[in-house]
Amino acid sequence: MFGWEFPPMKSGGLGTACYDLCRGLYKEGIEVTFVVPKLPKDSKSEFVKLMGANQHVKFQEVDSIITPYMNTKEYLEVYEHLDENMKENYGKTLFSEVHRYTKAADLITKRSDFDVIHVHDWMTYKAGIVAKEISGKPIVAHIHATEFDRTGGNPNQAISQIEYEGLKAADLIIANSNYTKNNVIKVYNINPDKIKVVHWGIDENNPAYNTNEVSPFKDEKTVLFLGRVTLQKGPEYFVKAAENVIKYVPNVKFIFAGSGDMFPRIVNEVADRNLSDKFVFTGFLKGDDVHRAFQMADLYVMPSVSEPFGLVALESLKNNTPILISKQSGVSEVVTNAFKVDFWDVEEMTNKIVSFLSYPSLSYELKKNGFEESKKFNLAEPAKKCIDCYNEVIEW
Amino acid sequence: MVDVCFYFQVHQPWRMKKYNIFQIGNDSNYFDEQKNKEIMEKVTKKCYLPTNKLMLNLLDKHPEFKISYSISGTALDQFEKYSPEVLDSFKELTKTKQVEFLDETYYHSLAFLYSKTEFLEQVEKHKNKIKKLFNYTPKVFRNTELIYNNEIGQYIERMGYKGILAEGADHILNWKSPNFIYKPKGCNKTKLLLKNYKLSDDIAFRFSERSWNEWPLTTEKFGKWANQINGNGVCLNLFMDYETFGEHQWEDTGIFNFMKKLPEQMLKHPDNNFKTPSELIDKHEAVDELDVPNLMSWADAERDVSAWLGNKMQKSAIARLYAIEDQVKKSGNPELLDTWRKLTTSDHFYYMCTKFFSDGDVHKYFNPYDSPYDSFINFMNILNDMTIRLKTSDSLQFSLQKARI
Repeated sequence: MFGWEFPPMKSGGLGTACYDLCRGLYKEGIEVTFVVPKLPKDSKSEFVKLMGANQHVKFQEVDSIITPYMNTKEYLEVYEHLDENMKENYGKTLFSEVHRYTKAADLITKRSDFDVIHVHDWMTYKAGIVAKEISGKPIVAHIHATEFDRTGGNPNQAISQIEYEGLKAADLIIANSNYTKNNVIKVYNINPDKIKVVHWGIDENNPAYNTNEVSPFKDEKTVLFLGRVTLQKGPEYFVKAAENVIKYVPNVKFIFAGSGDMFPRIVNEVADRNLSDKFVFTGFLKGDDVHRAFQMADLYVMPSVSEPFGLVALESLKNNTPILISKQSGVSEVVTNAFKVDFWDVEEMTNKIVSFLSYPSLSYELKKNGFEESKKFNLAEPAKKCIDCYNEVIEW
Repeated sequence: MVDVCFYFQVHQPWRMKKYNIFQIGNDSNYFDEQKNKEIMEKVTKKCYLPTNKLMLNLLDKHPEFKISYSISGTALDQFEKYSPEVLDSFKELTKTKQVEFLDETYYHSLAFLYSKTEFLEQVEKHKNKIKKLFNYTPKVFRNTELIYNNEIGQYIERMGYKGILAEGADHILNWKSPNFIYKPKGCNKTKLLLKNYKLSDDIAFRFSERSWNEWPLTTEKFGKWANQINGNGVCLNLFMDYETFGEHQWEDTGIFNFMKKLPEQMLKHPDNNFKTPSELIDKHEAVDELDVPNLMSWADAERDVSAWLGNKMQKSAIARLYAIEDQVKKSGNPELLDTWRKLTTSDHFYYMCTKFFSDGDVHKYFNPYDSPYDSFINFMNILNDMTIRLKTSDSLQFSLQKARI
């Protein structure tokens, strides 16, 4: 399996997803060799400790400074900040770095024994193709987000090209939602029969859930935004809705958790709209702090412009916090006990948030039923579906 | 001897339009004119006209054939507004004298559970409407969605009805059979007709269900099951939504052909016959008194009222609605009262039902909202607007406001 991030080094949901998938597969008796780019600043011991209990996942690390969701400009920024002697280790551009990762695949493939190649998103697709050329084994290409999703419709042509080649070469494609599947069909004109949808599950037994963190805002309701602060996540719609909500519900706080390229703009927006005393910015949260933030909030809002899946919404439900999610998300296909709005429909978002905060019977039912529904998600289900996909392509 | 008693529920609610918080105080039109019209036209074409035509043919062909209807006032009003031809076809049916109409609450409401005054007024309004349209005075009562308990049975007796319909729920009947006439507990004259839900639902729900081991259902097979009642009962009460024909079960399932051949099939057995509810009540003595202390209905697996009043949203919405009843009535504004009453229609609370996972399919099919939460929000926004209108205006100010518009 070729991936591009793994906990604790992750900048998005993909790391969690890969980690959870590997655990699910392990429980189903599947041996995984996971090839992952390794960041130089990683503490290796922590990394291994995390997976220590899991003997069946073998790690093959490739030294690299690439991370998911990175664009060519961001890569250069990271690269420029490296020590002069470190720079020698890495490619001068994102693409040369991906190329190095691909070269490593060559070596690893020759050393390993496996039945199927499972690749996650565009950066690993070339590695998958190389692995297939060497081994003759089938490729299952997992698509978590298309370049189209990541860039809000302004794809990098070179990345699109790699994505297209990878999807074309794949014996079978796994999309994490119908939303993603439809994008793949629309953007790349891929035969729909080759694409299977496997919705993500979630670790049903995380001890961090429901540790009952209490909100410090005792007399105020809290509405949470949590995610990367980028165009794709729709943070400005959250701010616009907040401005409307306080006209109806004065005693409410908006918790804004996350960092990203749009962060300065959002802070300015909040100030411009005179909302500073209504907003709390937490910065980037990780680990248990994410769960704490959910537990403190009365409602989690995910106004994503484009959300191929949106695992974080399930984490919210697991923490007993009801959700308002955009219809432009994969998770909206699998959760029924949730508010669903079009990301651009600030009026409707306001309508729902105000009602939620105003009617105890509504918040009670949404919370109770959302939590109840979250119990249907687990790690075994997506793993089993992936195994079905493997069985479809493996020639016995 | 088996008397087959067909009873059809005909109902359409006034569906509300999308109404958000920004409209509160600014928009006093609550209903979705377009959607109500479209649905009425669709169901008219698929169900009401073809089914009425079929029934008329059957009644003409078989003088023994009898049927009964309960048509809600909200359906009648929408026929008048959107599909007057349906009303004409019902009038044609009444001419055969083989058709009986039952009374119910005009607005297909849960008023009995929240306001006896309102309940009486809605039943009276329905009675007058049926008299006016069909020149018929109903003698048998059917409460919304067959919601029933001892108290309702006794109340109906005091209102002068000679019978009431209810679900033949297993948990009430135990070893008893729905194929006899009963007496509500504490009643002297009024009789109780119970739905044979197995055979009714074979037609209404399972008819087109290919996974059902009895699929396809033929009239021969159904006739055989009905004949088995001979010796173990006096009646077979087949109660169902009229929209079963052509709307819930589409024409291509063969439902019309099934119905077309059913009377003939039933009459092949010399002991079988057809009766309306009144005729059944007149003909048969009650075999026993039936004790129904808790509310039951014909909905869902539970056969209780949880489809309308099962969760906190439903309970709080309906309580808030009835809390303004007196104010609405005191306003003396007939238009406002009619609007308020349209909100009492049980469907609005059914849309808020969160029992998604046990009975999901049926609920989703009939729900114009994406979720029960959306439906609650919409209802409450409208109710809030109405409450504001009440506060800001007595009847005079209200009409002045209207004049300005």
